[in-house]
Amino acid sequence: MITFNKKTALIYCFSWMVFAYLIFPVFIIIPLSFSSSLFLEFPPKGFSLMWYKRFFTDYQWIDATKVSFIVAIFTTLLATLLGTMASVGLVRGRFFGRNIVYTLFLSPMIMPLVVMAIAFYFLFVRLHLVGTYMGLIIAHTTLAIPFVIVNVTAVLQGFDRTLENAAMNLGANRLQTFLRITLPLISPGIFSGALFAFITSFDEIIIAIFISGTSAVTLQKKIWDSVRLEINPMVSSIASLLILLSIVILISSEIIRRRTEKYRSAK
Amino acid sequence: MNQLVRALGKDKILSGNLFLVLPALLFLLTIYVYPLAKMILMSLFDPDFTLKHYQEFISTSVYIKVFYNTIKISFFSTLICLVVGYPVSFLLASVSPKTRGLMIIFVIIPFWISLLVRNYAWMVLLGRNGIFNSMLLELGLISAPLKLMYNAFGMYVGMVHILLPYMIFPMFAVMSGIDWDLIRASRSLGANAFQTFIRVYLPLSIKGISAGCLIVFILAIGFFITPALLGGLKEIMISNVIENQVSNLLNWGFGSALAFILLTVAVLMIIGFKKYLFLEELK
Repeated sequence: MITFNKKTALIYCFSWMVFAYLIFPVFIIIPLSFSSSLFLEFPPKGFSLMWYKRFFTDYQWIDATKVSFIVAIFTTLLATLLGTMASVGLVRGRFFGRNIVYTLFLSPMIMPLVVMAIAFYFLFVRLHLVGTYMGLIIAHTTLAIPFVIVNVTAVLQGFDRTLENAAMNLGANRLQTFLRITLPLISPGIFSGALFAFITSFDEIIIAIFISGTSAVTLQKKIWDSVRLEINPMVSSIASLLILLSIVILISSEIIRRRTEKYRSAK
Repeated sequence: MNQLVRALGKDKILSGNLFLVLPALLFLLTIYVYPLAKMILMSLFDPDFTLKHYQEFISTSVYIKVFYNTIKISFFSTLICLVVGYPVSFLLASVSPKTRGLMIIFVIIPFWISLLVRNYAWMVLLGRNGIFNSMLLELGLISAPLKLMYNAFGMYVGMVHILLPYMIFPMFAVMSGIDWDLIRASRSLGANAFQTFIRVYLPLSIKGISAGCLIVFILAIGFFITPALLGGLKEIMISNVIENQVSNLLNWGFGSALAFILLTVAVLMIIGFKKYLFLEELK
C-alpha cells in the first residue's frame, strides 16, 4: 500500500478538507434547528424547540408531509413491483431487443429532469392529473424503476440457478419454486431497490414543481416555495428531519448489503 | 449441467419472461416515451410543421448565451470535481478497508440527502447575513459582508457539493482494481514517483476518469435548483429558461424546443462516450 511521506500527508490533508466540505453544511443545519433565535446564527445562542413546534403545528406543512409520504409509499410499491418483474424477465428471458429494453428502462436515470418534468406536465394537463396524487405517483415511478432494476438485476445475475432446479426436481411446481427459493434469495436486491425508490420519490423536487399544482403539494415543493426568495429559518427544522430520514434509509440499505455479503461469503 | 439449466429455462419460460417485462414496458411507453415524443412534436408543429422555435433559438443571442453558459458551467463543474475528486479517490483506494469504511461515510451521507436540503444548507452558510459572513464580521476579518452567493462562487460551491460523489464513486471503483505490483515494478525499474504516476497509474485510472466526467457533465447540464437558489443572473442555465418558458410565459412550443436541444446534447454525449460508462450489458 502507500508509504507515509510528505506527499501522502498532503493527500490526507486535502482529502479530509474535502470530506469536511461534503459533510459540514449538512450537520451545521442540525444545531441551528434547535436555536431559540429568530435569526440563523452560529453557534446558536439558546436552545429551544420552537422551529419544530412551528413545523408540527402548521397544518400546511403537515399536509405537505402527508402528501410526500403517500406519494413515496405508492411509488415504492408500484416501482418495486414493475421493476422486479421486469428484472426477472430481462435477466432470464432471451427475446429480441432485450438490451434495448434494458437501456430504455435505465434511461430515466440520466434524463435531464426538467425535460421529463415538462413532458409529464403537457400530458398531465390534458389528462387532468396535475395536482393529483396519481400524477405524482406515476411520474415518480418512472424515475424510481431504474433504481429497482439496477438492484434486482445485480442479485439475479449472481444467482445460482441450480437451486431452483433442485427444488423443481424435488417436486415443487414453478410457483412454489419462485415463492420459496427465488424470492427469498433475491429479496435483498428488492429491498435495496425499494429503499432507493422511496428516497427518489420523497426527495424529488423538479417534477413536483410542475405536477404538484396547488392540491398535491409535496414537502420538497413546499420547501422550494419557502426558500426561493429568502432564507426561511423554520426550514432548518424540516431539513434536519429530512437528514435524519435519509440517514435511517442509508443505514437500512447498508445493513441489507452487509447481510447479502455475509450470505455470499458463507456460500 | 449449466447448459441444461439454460436450455430448460429457454424453452419453458420464454413467453413467460416477455410477459414479466411487459407491464413495466407498457408503463414506460405510455408515461415516459409517449410524452417525450409528444413534446418533441410540439416543438416542430404549430399546427403545421415549422422550425420557427429553433430559428428563434438560433437567432436570439440571449438563448445562445444561456446555452453556452450551461455548457461552460457544466464543463467547469466537471473539471473542479475531477481535480478535487482524483486525490480523494486515490486515497480511498489505497487505505486499509477500515479507514476506507470511515472515510466513505463522508461521501455517502451527503449523497443520500436531498439536493434541496443541501442547497438550503449552503444558502444558510453563504448568505449575506449567513453564518460565514457573521463569523468573519465577528472576528473582525472583514468590515462588510462578502457576496458569497447569488454569483458564480455560490453556485459552483453548491453544484460541486452535489456532483462530487458521482465523480468519486466510479474513479474509486477503477482505482481499487489497480494492481499495486505494477506500481512497484515501475519504481524498481528506476522510474521516480512522478514518472510512475504519469506513465502507469494515470493510464490505468483513465476509465474511472472518463466515466466520472461523463456522468457529472450529463447531470450538470440538467441542473435547475442550484442555479436558481445559489446562482445569480449570469448563472442562469437552460433548465431555468425552460421552466420559465413553460410555467410563466406559457410558451410551450419554444420550451419544448429548448428541452429537445438539451435532451439531444445529453443523448449525444451518452451515445458518443457509451464505452466509457460501465453500463453493464445483460449477460
